[in-house]
Amino acid sequence: MANVTLQDVRKVYPNGFEAIYPCSFEVPDGEFVVLVGPSGCGKSTLLRMVAGLEPITEGDLSIGARIVNDVDPADRNIAMVFQNYALYPHMTVAKNMGYGLKNRGTSKAEIDKKVRAAAEMLNLSDYLDRRPSQLSGGQRQRVAMGRAIVREPDLFLFDEPLSNLDAKLRNQMRIEVRALQRRLGVTSMYVTHDQVEAMTMADRIIVMNAGRIEQIGTPGEIYGRPASTFVASFMGAPPMNLLNGMAGDGAVRLDGGEQVPHAPVNGHAGALMVGIRPEDVLLSEAGDLAFNVHIVEELGALRLLHGEVGGQAFSVSVAKDQNAQVGQTRLSVKPSSVHLFDAAEGRRL
Amino acid sequence: MKRTTFRNPWLPILLLSPQLAIIAVFFYWPAGYALQTSFYLQDPFGFGSTFVGAENYTRLTSSANYQDALTFTIVFTLLVTFFSLAIALLLAVKADKVLRGARTYRTLLMWVYAIAPPVAGLMGVMLFDQSRGNLTQLFQALGWDYTLGVNYWDTAVAMIVVSVWKQIPVNFIFFLSGLQAIPRSVHEAAMIDNRSGMSRFWDVTFPLLAPTGFFLLIINITYALFDTFGIIDTLVKGEPGNNPMTLVYRVFVDGFRGGDLGGSSAQSVVLMVLVLILTIVQFRFLERRIHYT
Ligand SMILES: Nc1ncnc2c1ncn2[C@@H]1O[C@H](COP(=O)(O)OP(=O)(O)OP(=O)(O)O)[C@@H](O)[C@H]1O
Ligand SMILES: [Mg+2]
Repeated sequence: MANVTLQDVRKVYPNGFEAIYPCSFEVPDGEFVVLVGPSGCGKSTLLRMVAGLEPITEGDLSIGARIVNDVDPADRNIAMVFQNYALYPHMTVAKNMGYGLKNRGTSKAEIDKKVRAAAEMLNLSDYLDRRPSQLSGGQRQRVAMGRAIVREPDLFLFDEPLSNLDAKLRNQMRIEVRALQRRLGVTSMYVTHDQVEAMTMADRIIVMNAGRIEQIGTPGEIYGRPASTFVASFMGAPPMNLLNGMAGDGAVRLDGGEQVPHAPVNGHAGALMVGIRPEDVLLSEAGDLAFNVHIVEELGALRLLHGEVGGQAFSVSVAKDQNAQVGQTRLSVKPSSVHLFDAAEGRRL
Repeated sequence: MKRTTFRNPWLPILLLSPQLAIIAVFFYWPAGYALQTSFYLQDPFGFGSTFVGAENYTRLTSSANYQDALTFTIVFTLLVTFFSLAIALLLAVKADKVLRGARTYRTLLMWVYAIAPPVAGLMGVMLFDQSRGNLTQLFQALGWDYTLGVNYWDTAVAMIVVSVWKQIPVNFIFFLSGLQAIPRSVHEAAMIDNRSGMSRFWDVTFPLLAPTGFFLLIINITYALFDTFGIIDTLVKGEPGNNPMTLVYRVFVDGFRGGDLGGSSAQSVVLMVLVLILTIVQFRFLERRIHYT
């Protein structure tokens, strides 16, 4: 087991593209960290640098107490699960799982024992003699997991391992992967662009955007106190409502004119962004903000109302038992649920 | 695949007929004729022929010249196939390292495929040219009295080198595309599983190239057996003399230089059977056995 430390790690591709701006963070021993962000933000690049598949341009990467910048991937004692599983098509399931051990000089009997144990854990015992082409997508995914487990690595690296599975299987595997990681207690870095995976699996989430880390925090912190408008709108479905406003005299007014209650102004003044999550408002005739509902979306358990507040787009989610129609209504905002962001940079105030 | 149905039953036959005509005129008719001729002894002056049964065939088994050509053909085929595959694979592996992702280079290399074989063949002949060839001069500078077309072994070396040379680009392109079809992540998974690049190659890359390799094996054997005719003819210039010869070239020499049409037909029938066997091997065993997905 080991912790992972990145110290000012930077990545510039040979074509001059800066994929990762210098970044530092630490993953403590046994933690499950999820890297999340939009496509092309550099998640895979970061993970591949940790794996040793991509050279580090600048900075230090350590796994355990050892700086591993120049250590061969095979010597980092890591295991990686790829999006397309990357199984060896010409080897049986058992050979696929045992290949890494074989190259480390583990004895045949020992390999066999470990492969069987991993197969048992993953319900693959009946498939050990099959080739990957004779397995379903979910089974291949398990084999890829098994290949990672048998090596008893210090660190698991996952690059969107579930994104080739259908929605139902993905939910099931999500739980299994997490349970397995808890049981084995192996430090893990998991890349995804699915925010549900990020929220449900992570001990801590690292939100990335365009080669930079936007925020690091527990799922609760990321959702409850987003560090920027980017995080606020990336995490959460539907995303947080962001409205242009103006602070002054200890109060915040929306550009439409109305005053926002419960805004933590703290002496800020000037233009800013007001963030309110769709579920943090209540429909009430006595509310503080006028809300003009254009569309009602039925989601079963929830109902989404899309419309505008002070001329700016706004969405509200209400429980299914609450009455809602198109037209004018008013909203009251729950206390301490108003987020303020810097208008220019989008940083949290 | 979508099945097309024709209303008029003659239309498909009409559409196929040019192809069928070509096959009939250039393959079945000569093949049938050769089969027939192989049972006759031709008068050397073309005044008719006598039916001799299987004598042309039995004559082959006892002919020392034919045995020599057979031995040489086997050695020649093995060497040409082995070296053209091995060198092409080596080059393809090196190129693949550089080319991953770089499409422009790959397109450039495709041009080599289009241009190289005839040019390479001609250049090879020029390099081995008796009076001006660079290789000949090099050999002579090294103290090897190299005499193409006179010394059996010297001619054999030239045949093998030029044949290998001419075939490398074709093999190279097939190997390269085979290598590029292996997903990058499979290589990467292997890098995490195995430190040694050499052993990764034999454990992962090579087996995944096997379908390409077996296909090329058949292609190369066929090439060495039959398509090297032009190279050999250029080097030997129709003068059998003391020079080594492949079976195909012997068919030509015996038939058209020696006037023994019956014997040469028997030889070509033997070769046809060989091609048939190779084709069956390819379809029956290799094509079926070596696909993983
Ligand atoms: N070899 C390379 N050379 C140059 N640029 C590259 C290279 N590989 C990736 N990039 C660029 O680096 C950026 C980050 O790529 P990366 O694969 O890390 O994204 P990602 O966050 O994993 O995206 P996705 O969710 O789509 O997998 C992208 O803009 C990509 O175009
Ligand atoms: Mg990626």
